[in-house]
Amino acid sequence: MKDTLILAIESSCDETAAAVVKNGRTVLSNVISSQIDIHTLYGGVVPEIASRKHTERVNQVVSEGLKQAGVRLQDVDAIAVTYGPGLVGALLVGVSFAKGLAFASGKPLVGVHHIEGHICANFIDHPELEPPFPCLVVSGGHTHLVRVLDYGKYEILGRTRDDAAGEAFDKVARAIGLGYPGGPKIDKVSDEGDPDAIVFPRAKVGDSVYDFSFSGLKSAVLNYLNSCKMQGIEVNRADVAASFQKAVVDVLTDHAMTALDEGGEKVFAIAGGVASNRHLRTAFEEKCNARGIKFYRPAPIFCTDNAAMIGAAGYYEFMKGVRSDYSLNAVPNLKLGER
Amino acid sequence: MKIIAIDSTGMTASAAIYCDGRLSGVYSINHKKTHSETLLPMLDEVKRMTEFDLGQADAIAVAAGPGSFTGLRIGAATAKGMAEALGIPIIPVPTLDAMAYQFCGTDKVVCPMMDARHAQVYSGIYAFDKSDGVTLEIINESKAVDAGEQVGKACEAAKQRNCGIVFLGDGADAYRELIKEKADAPYIFAPAHRNTQDAGCVAVLGEIYFGQGRSVSADAFVPEYLRPSQAERVRNEKADDAGT
Repeated sequence: MKDTLILAIESSCDETAAAVVKNGRTVLSNVISSQIDIHTLYGGVVPEIASRKHTERVNQVVSEGLKQAGVRLQDVDAIAVTYGPGLVGALLVGVSFAKGLAFASGKPLVGVHHIEGHICANFIDHPELEPPFPCLVVSGGHTHLVRVLDYGKYEILGRTRDDAAGEAFDKVARAIGLGYPGGPKIDKVSDEGDPDAIVFPRAKVGDSVYDFSFSGLKSAVLNYLNSCKMQGIEVNRADVAASFQKAVVDVLTDHAMTALDEGGEKVFAIAGGVASNRHLRTAFEEKCNARGIKFYRPAPIFCTDNAAMIGAAGYYEFMKGVRSDYSLNAVPNLKLGER
Repeated sequence: MKIIAIDSTGMTASAAIYCDGRLSGVYSINHKKTHSETLLPMLDEVKRMTEFDLGQADAIAVAAGPGSFTGLRIGAATAKGMAEALGIPIIPVPTLDAMAYQFCGTDKVVCPMMDARHAQVYSGIYAFDKSDGVTLEIINESKAVDAGEQVGKACEAAKQRNCGIVFLGDGADAYRELIKEKADAPYIFAPAHRNTQDAGCVAVLGEIYFGQGRSVSADAFVPEYLRPSQAERVRNEKADDAGT
């Protein structure tokens, strides 16, 4: 059977990325141009700056993606692009560029959901993984516990009611002076801390066993820091980071295990930027092993925003016959499972 | 020379195809700012109606700014994608140059204005060469400027040349009363059919700029915003305060 090559483009936040993916599972190239150094100056992603940087870099990134894959534009079967959710100005650069590319090359265009991309990152290098399976998506903007029913078909079990898990990491990191981006910094400094030093709350959402809430946890950390300051007690940053992180990991693993107990699946996957957190990976591995569940997680490079995952998701949409026309727009609040 | 031209810098979305001295198709919609959804379907329509083979295009001319930041990027990224696929260069045409060029042949001073909010307009001041009547001369470069101040500068230029002024663009619409109040030289407001961005003009002026060696690679092209982002402005102000 002839191979199907997808050229994928991603620009939903502060990474300009392009990749070529073969048959949805094999990554031929994965180019990521991060803007993190610039946004660090502002303590977080500045949408207008992100959009400008995407515009400056998109051609280099895409041509590098083709070059590293050893593929010419005319060899690809389709162009996949993230069209939501994300920052609208940032998304528009990737979408407009991909549309121009598709229009001028005559290649089919496939709009891809960013979160669907994160989930499909698990297909990369895991040829045996097929739906159905439950998956936890955790990133700076998203916290979703879903059942992947089929390719491109999802049942949302739970979502965050307020902050995304990654957002809580960023806010707590800022509060204890670790700076941006919070996730990797807390992950690292936690190694030196005692995760049981401070007991932070594990929030339950009253009417849903699967929904999450992280704003209470974030407030608890801020209150703790405040009360230490009032009492003149020196804060052990590593202990705060480790204890906060443990509270997040406990909630995420608890909800996921409840879903597995209910659904009876023997496989489980995680995805999204926070899925590269080492403590989270270890906790899931231990809990899944104890239950005889096969645990999948993308390599860290495919957890962060990247285009290979968009190529994986785009492949399955393309094979189903999904095509986007030239009126494709960026949809900043695109819901999972919607088109 | 065959040129694909687009302008999505303001309220009007416009797409054109220009072939060897003939403007074979122009499609402009001055209705709603939904350029992401409309610009490329419009160009596709012009392409189909004119039976144009994209592979024959020599360059993409694009209104390069100033303009709405989002609009600029929709046009820029679309152009960069097309130019990348076709392996052809981009001709950046300053938005206000193309707007002024609609009055090619006039002996008046031409002052296109785009509403830039914050009581400012994006504007430049232009005239056409006295000897040939068609060569665009830039008297004042495009910039974000106080509307009243720009009216004063346009009047000054008109008095020096002993001529009148043409004001055009949505900035001239927005500050119509101010212009009436402040202008102390003869002036007219452009009629509706020459009051907005037009990709046909971008194409024609684009060919001239191409001849002057002003085309760039798809990769090198970036829009001209004329303003830093809000975050950069605040940060620079803080740095200035700290420095003084």
